[in-house]
Amino acid sequence: MTREVLESVGGLLARSGFAHVTWGHGVMWLVAAGLLYLAIVRKFEPLLLVPIAFGVVVANLPLAGLMEPGAGLLWRFYHYGIQWEVIPPLIFLGLGALTDFGPLLGQPRLIFLGAGAQVGVYITFFGAYLMGFDLPEAGTIGIIGGADGPTTIYLASRMAPHMLGTVAVAAYSYMAMVPLIQPPVMRLLTTDAERRIRMKRTRKVHPAEKVVFPVLGCLVVILLIPASAPLMAMFMLGNLFRESRVVERLTNTCQNELLNVVTIFLGISVGATMNAETFLQPRAIFVFLLGLAAFVVSTASGICIAKLMNLLTRDKINPLLGAAGVSAVPMAARVVHKVGAEADRQNYLLMYAMGPNIAGVLGTLIAAGVFLTLLG
Amino acid sequence: MIELRAPMAGNVWKVQCGPGDRVAESDAIVILEVMKMEAELFASASGVVKEVRVKEGDAVEEDDVLVLIEPE
Repeated sequence: MTREVLESVGGLLARSGFAHVTWGHGVMWLVAAGLLYLAIVRKFEPLLLVPIAFGVVVANLPLAGLMEPGAGLLWRFYHYGIQWEVIPPLIFLGLGALTDFGPLLGQPRLIFLGAGAQVGVYITFFGAYLMGFDLPEAGTIGIIGGADGPTTIYLASRMAPHMLGTVAVAAYSYMAMVPLIQPPVMRLLTTDAERRIRMKRTRKVHPAEKVVFPVLGCLVVILLIPASAPLMAMFMLGNLFRESRVVERLTNTCQNELLNVVTIFLGISVGATMNAETFLQPRAIFVFLLGLAAFVVSTASGICIAKLMNLLTRDKINPLLGAAGVSAVPMAARVVHKVGAEADRQNYLLMYAMGPNIAGVLGTLIAAGVFLTLLG
Repeated sequence: MIELRAPMAGNVWKVQCGPGDRVAESDAIVILEVMKMEAELFASASGVVKEVRVKEGDAVEEDDVLVLIEPE
C-alpha cells in the first residue's frame, strides 16, 4: 500500500516539470529576475521590462509548452502579433498620437541631427558584419543604435527572428540607460562654451502645418522607401488623429488604451522568445556590446553633425542637441537639457532637443526601411 | 520691472515666491514641469517680487509672463 502510494507520487513527480528542469532554464530564470529587479526596483522601462521578464519565466518552464508552435498560448501571441507584423505598427499608431512635430517644424534644420545619429546604425552594421554576423543579423544589431524599441523588434522579426529577444532586451536596456551612457560622450565631444550656446527662438508653427505634415511626410517617405510603409503609415495616421483635433476620442484611445493593450502583448511575446538555446550564447554578449557601441557612435555622430553645421551657419546650434538625434523619446532630449543646464542653468534646451529627437524616430524608421529593402 | 517668462510650454509645478518676497538673482523661484521633467526657472535679477501671475497646476505657454520683479 505505502509502496503503491510512493510509486504514484514518484510517477507524478517524474511527469512534473521539476524532473525536466535544466541548468539553462535556471539561468533564464536568473536573467528574468535581473530584468524584474531593473524594472521594479530601479524603474528601468518598467512598462516593457515587467511583461518581458514574466514572459521569460513562463516560456522557460519545461512541459508547459507555452511557446510550442501551433499550440502554445504565448506562441499565438507571438505568431499573430509579432510575426504577422501587427503589434509594432500598432505601437507606432499610439506613438504618432503622442508625438508633437512642432519643435521639428519650428526648426527644420535640426532634422539633420536626427539623420546624423543614424550613422551609428550603419557603422555598427558594418562592424557586426566584419565580426561574422550575417547581413540580416548585422542590420538587426545596427538598428539598436537608433534606440527605438518597436522599430528594432519589427526589423528583427523580419530579418533575424532568432535574435528578437536579445536585441529587444538590448534596445530597451540601453534606452533606459540613456542618462548613463550619453553624458560622458557629450562632455567629451563639446567644450564648455559650446554647451552654453543658447538657441535662437523657434518660430511659431501654424496649426495647419501640423495637419499637413503627417499626410505629406507619410507620402514622401513611403514613396522614397516603400519598405518603411507599415510603421510610417501608422505613425503618421496617429499623428493626424492628434493634429486634426476633430477625433479626440480616437486620439485618446491610441495614446492610452490601445497603446497599453499592445504593450502588454508586445512585452510578453518578446520575453517568450528568449530561451536558453538562443539567448545563452557567446554571440548574445556580442549583440549587447555592439548595441552599446552603436548607441555611443550614434550619440557622437549626432554631436559632430551639429558642430559641422555650426561651421556653415550663422545661427549657432548647441551641439548637445545632436545627442538627441537617437530616437529614445523623450529620454535623450531630457539628457540634453540636463547636460546643458549643468553648464548654464538658464539655458533651456528641452524643447529644442525634441526636434532632433523626433527626427531621430523618423531617421531610425527610414534606416530600418533601407535594411529591409537591401537585405530583407 | 523685470519679467520672468516661461522659456517653454508646461505646467507650473511649484511657485517658490510670493508678492513682497525678496529674491536674489539665480534663486529658483518657479519650477515648471515639462514632459515629466522639472525645470527650475531662476530670478533674472535680485529684487522684490511685485506680482505672481500663476499658481501651482497652471498650464503656461511659451513666453507667458509668470512673475514680475522690482529690481533694486
